[in-house]
Amino acid sequence: MNWKTFLALLGRDAHVARRNLVPSLLQTFLQPLMFVFIFGRVMVSSGYMPAAYKSLLLPGIMAISMVFTGVWAVAMPLIAEFQFTREIEDRLLAPIEISWLAVEKVFFGTFQALVAGLAVIPAGWLLLRPGVELNLRHPLSFAAVTLLVALFSACGGLALGCSMSQTHIGLMFSMVLTPMIFFGCTYYPWSALAHFPILQKVVLVNPLVYASEGLRGTLVPQFPHLPVLAVFVALTIFDALFLGIGLRQFHRKAVS
Amino acid sequence: MLAGIRTRDLRKIYTSPPPLASGGGFGFGNTRGKGNKQPKPEIVALDGLSLEIAPGEIFGLLGPNGAGKSTTVGILTTRVRPTGGQAWIGEHDVWAEQVVVKRRIGVVQQRPNLDFSLTAREILLFHGAYFGLDSHERTERAKALLDRFKLSDRADQMVRGFSGGMMQRLSIARAMMHDPQVLFLDEPSAGLDPQTRLLLWEIIREYNQRGKTILLTTHNMEEADALCQRLAIIDHGRNIALGTPRELKASVPGGFLLRLRFGQHAPELLARLQTLAGVREVRATTDSNDTDSDNGDHSADVYADRGGSLVSEIANLASSASIELCDVHISEPSLENLFLHHTGRSLRD
Repeated sequence: MNWKTFLALLGRDAHVARRNLVPSLLQTFLQPLMFVFIFGRVMVSSGYMPAAYKSLLLPGIMAISMVFTGVWAVAMPLIAEFQFTREIEDRLLAPIEISWLAVEKVFFGTFQALVAGLAVIPAGWLLLRPGVELNLRHPLSFAAVTLLVALFSACGGLALGCSMSQTHIGLMFSMVLTPMIFFGCTYYPWSALAHFPILQKVVLVNPLVYASEGLRGTLVPQFPHLPVLAVFVALTIFDALFLGIGLRQFHRKAVS
Repeated sequence: MLAGIRTRDLRKIYTSPPPLASGGGFGFGNTRGKGNKQPKPEIVALDGLSLEIAPGEIFGLLGPNGAGKSTTVGILTTRVRPTGGQAWIGEHDVWAEQVVVKRRIGVVQQRPNLDFSLTAREILLFHGAYFGLDSHERTERAKALLDRFKLSDRADQMVRGFSGGMMQRLSIARAMMHDPQVLFLDEPSAGLDPQTRLLLWEIIREYNQRGKTILLTTHNMEEADALCQRLAIIDHGRNIALGTPRELKASVPGGFLLRLRFGQHAPELLARLQTLAGVREVRATTDSNDTDSDNGDHSADVYADRGGSLVSEIANLASSASIELCDVHISEPSLENLFLHHTGRSLRD
């Protein structure tokens, strides 16, 4: 491991991210905040939704923003740089083991997802107030869940980005991310699926379920949620799984 | 600290399409069946290639597209895993000690692979940072290289808008940024205008004079002749000739090559050509790549000690045998002839 090279790679990604700051902010926050505004504000103030929905919605939106940001931040550059132009080649030739290059991408993606997730709380609160009841009883649990969710999104981005080609980007969103979001207990708690017992079991393979339920359990525990311990275990397994798949795929792409 | 390059019995068999940089020499076309029932297509890119390149040498790999040049560079630069054999940069095994090797090499790929999210100067600065150069040194070197490659006026623009030649120059500057012991240049002057090509050759010679080893691949004879101290001609992943450009050219029988095309099939005429003074070898050629297949069967290559003065004698022999001589092409001693002599096909095929 070569720290100088690792830090220089991080420096490069930070530099590029700074350059693309405004478009990536719009990309990350516009859709979730519009969702918060319509469902949390318009629907609630007009009486179609109960007032408590505001607090229920916020952790779900946070999970969506984090996963979307992490996947986007890691997968999109990888897809582009491994394509025709092979832009990533100069970094593959940097004096560091190839796996560390993938780890650097995950590291930076995790950081971006954390920023996105934490930014949703004040932004959502501003849009929804008054009436948002956050109960941060165990800050450490919340921090740990947030970190695991961010890591999951970046590892998922690595696995997706190294497994897909440029022609399949549209498919990635319509076939992977959209169903994940809708069946990820983001807009409703997992217990709300009690009337659909089969679906309720099936969605447990969706890692986003644990992300939203974990954030719900640590941020608004007054609502029903999966046990936080189960969330820890599941997210840890998904993180390790996606990291493993991602590293393997990265090697396949990097070395012919 | 000087470092040479050594390979022993390198083999590479691709079971998936080779990297884009390998050029268009591989045909995957119809080999993939539906449903994956058929065995994976296997492409032998390198078939037991052994090379020994001395420290401080400019060495050329010459061969047509798909000969295995880029694969050789790929293996030597840690980017391609060899199926068999070993490769060393200096004393270091390329596959086993990748990080050590990557510190010692600079690589210019056939296709520009610049970081499109950065400006020209940033590309050099970040490259220097990856290799642990301190900030002052990075800035100085980047400035010097931008000047040397005549890129200073566009240094702070994004490279997305650069022309092919500018991208190529910047790729070479980037490869030199960390002052590597060994420089790999895969088709360095492809797409460069003649003036820039001369600038590049000058820079390569300069770099070599500082004791650096340079491996370049090319299918440009003039470039191989002008730059390389030694050359290996490779085809189908095998080394078919090795030596200095002068030695290699001298190994072609006679030196001159006359490519003839007749109006009809004329085996007896070819036998009589063999008896002309100065003729070393006569070969009937069946060039399957010839687009005009009618002509392919009636051609012949004559290797001889002299060129122009033979033409009238050949024409006389042909007319006395009532065979029309449709076309004559004379080439002087060159690496192109050498390649043709060894493989039966032109480098540009």
